[in-house]
Amino acid sequence: MFKFIFDKDTWQEVFDSLSKNKLRTILTMVGVWWGILLLVGLLGAARGLENSFNRMFGDFATNSVFIWAGNTSKPFKGFQEGKRLRLKLSDVAKLEDNIEGIEFAVARNMNQGLVVRDFLSANLNVLGDFPVLDKVKKRNLVAGRFINQNDIDNHKKVTVISEDTYKQLYEKEEEAIGTYIQINSINYLVVGIYQKGMIDNFGPSEDVYIPFSTFQQVYNQGDKFGFLMITGKPEYKIGQIEQDAKLLLKNLNEVHPEDNQAFGGFNLGKEFAKRYNFLTGMQFLTWFVGIATLIAGVFAIGNILLITVKERTKEIGVRRALGATPFEIQRQIIVEAVFLTIVAGMFGVIIGGWILIALDHFLGQGEDAILVNASVSILVLFIAMVVSVVLGTLIGLIPAFKATSVKPIDALREE
Amino acid sequence: MIVKPISYNDINVNKMLEIRNLHKSYPIGDSSLHVLKGINLTVEDGEMVAIMGSSGSGKSTLLNIIGMLDEADSGEYILDGLPIKNLTEKKAALYRNKFLGFIFQSFNLINYKTALENVALPLYYQGMSRKERQELAMFHLGKVGLTEWSHHLPKELSGGQKQRVAIARALAANPKLLLADEPTGALDSGTSYEIMKFIQDLNDEGKTILMVTHEEDIANMCKRIVRLRDGVIMEDTKITQVRAQQYV
Ligand SMILES: Nc1ncnc2c1ncn2[C@@H]1O[C@H](COP(=O)(O)OP(=O)(O)OP(=O)(O)O)[C@@H](O)[C@H]1O
Ligand SMILES: [Mg+2]
Repeated sequence: MFKFIFDKDTWQEVFDSLSKNKLRTILTMVGVWWGILLLVGLLGAARGLENSFNRMFGDFATNSVFIWAGNTSKPFKGFQEGKRLRLKLSDVAKLEDNIEGIEFAVARNMNQGLVVRDFLSANLNVLGDFPVLDKVKKRNLVAGRFINQNDIDNHKKVTVISEDTYKQLYEKEEEAIGTYIQINSINYLVVGIYQKGMIDNFGPSEDVYIPFSTFQQVYNQGDKFGFLMITGKPEYKIGQIEQDAKLLLKNLNEVHPEDNQAFGGFNLGKEFAKRYNFLTGMQFLTWFVGIATLIAGVFAIGNILLITVKERTKEIGVRRALGATPFEIQRQIIVEAVFLTIVAGMFGVIIGGWILIALDHFLGQGEDAILVNASVSILVLFIAMVVSVVLGTLIGLIPAFKATSVKPIDALREE
Repeated sequence: MIVKPISYNDINVNKMLEIRNLHKSYPIGDSSLHVLKGINLTVEDGEMVAIMGSSGSGKSTLLNIIGMLDEADSGEYILDGLPIKNLTEKKAALYRNKFLGFIFQSFNLINYKTALENVALPLYYQGMSRKERQELAMFHLGKVGLTEWSHHLPKELSGGQKQRVAIARALAANPKLLLADEPTGALDSGTSYEIMKFIQDLNDEGKTILMVTHEEDIANMCKRIVRLRDGVIMEDTKITQVRAQQYV
């Protein structure tokens, strides 16, 4: 039977009937084409939006949690309740070793400090940080550099300030890199200026960074630090990581496992989702529109093909009177339908691709593009094509069986 | 050279078809319309039979059953020695393709295919190669005098030409029995005679022909007239054939 697929006559018949029934062919093709095009366009655009959000916030936004130490609220192992707890650097290593799914665990310190330059001063938040912070919470530098490992190793007195801080302490256009500012009466060399992003809408304002080790030394922190920022690997749930981390910390610090006050946590992902749940909405909308379009497309094609069969019933009757078997008739209608959907689907993919290229060209350029790398995966295209071919076959089957289920004479009588 | 048959009926001939006590009714709402009420008919090889009767008497119904386009409710039907009963649609298609040629009142050409392609279609379903098909189709078109028109679409042809294409198509697969339902019904009398001339020529060559007609003059160009009334055959006579040639 597969011989017939490669038979020139089969295709001659298909091309004849398709090319000589242009309106029908075009309508059917437009149906499938439009469905695939919308699917590719929408999925691509949605992916672009998602990419652009991911670029803006990174995993930090959706998969991070802050953890800090408080006081115990339950007596445990001979300790009274109300014991003061502190996070220790040794805890961080243990967390990283023992909890699955942690991408980064970053120890951080924060303090209020009086920042002075010449005659200008401000009361600002001072943070002691590791270079890795730039990885988990992208710091967009407008000048200079961020804290580096050398700064940490040598306890350097350098600082990276926010643009807002710069505006408070410097004149317009004034060069800041290489100048000194005083933080709590100690001189620091300004090595970088960064611009706050959307990320900085969450949590306290981070005005001035100094190396973690410098902070330790200057504020006499020893092994202890203020709070911990954990970012989970994309495939892990941050909620679970938070629970595991707190439990381990309680264990390490001899705190009752059910003490809920001992370690505090702030799940940024949850907060983020609350504020930016339109992203979820977008995904939902995409799928909804995509599926609705597909269904509508299916109905449209089905209708067109059914009309087609009605209009072709007489022709089918004639063919049967001339000796065509039902199988031969069904086969031909199905080949037509499958061929139509494949060709139309490919056109849809091509035009959809062009639309994505155009979207990328007009909306996808530059640092703060709305869409980043608007694209669909080969898998999605493959699935879309398979779905349309399967639907094409199924839809082809309906009229094919309808056309052969009646007696030839009833088909012939059709006007 | 065409061999003039002396008379096929006189020699030891085969039965082309045999029908015994055939009934057919159509359901109409709750009741049913009994159209054929016990038809008995035998047609031999080489005959040319006209089926006549008033409108609604069941002529087309009978012809369609003979052509396996429709099924009888009861009775026997033997075509060329084969009992036709409870055939699968696949078998029926095969028989239609091998034994039968159809000519319809409304031509029933496929409108997007050229005259040549229309004639070649039954050969396609026989599985013949493209080249052979085209040659054979061209040969049959030539026989009905339409060589020049082979690449025209049906809409570019006159009624008479369309019917000639239909005749060529019916003949393409070299059937034993030609069934024609009012083949001249849509044509003026001049064109009708022309068509009848072709059909008579075919009969002269040995094809068995069954045709339904309303017109006495057309019926008289056959060799036998069967008259239907109230679902039975009320008259069945052999006649002397009027040749169509003289009117063309
Ligand atoms: N599919 C059908 N359903 C119901 N009734 C039918 C059907 N086909 C035919 N009939 C009825 O059966 C009767 C015989 O129909 P048929 O077509 O055989 O008549 P006919 O002799 O060919 O008439 P005409 O000369 O007008 O063509 C008519 O009364 C017709 O209405
Ligand atoms: Mg009739």
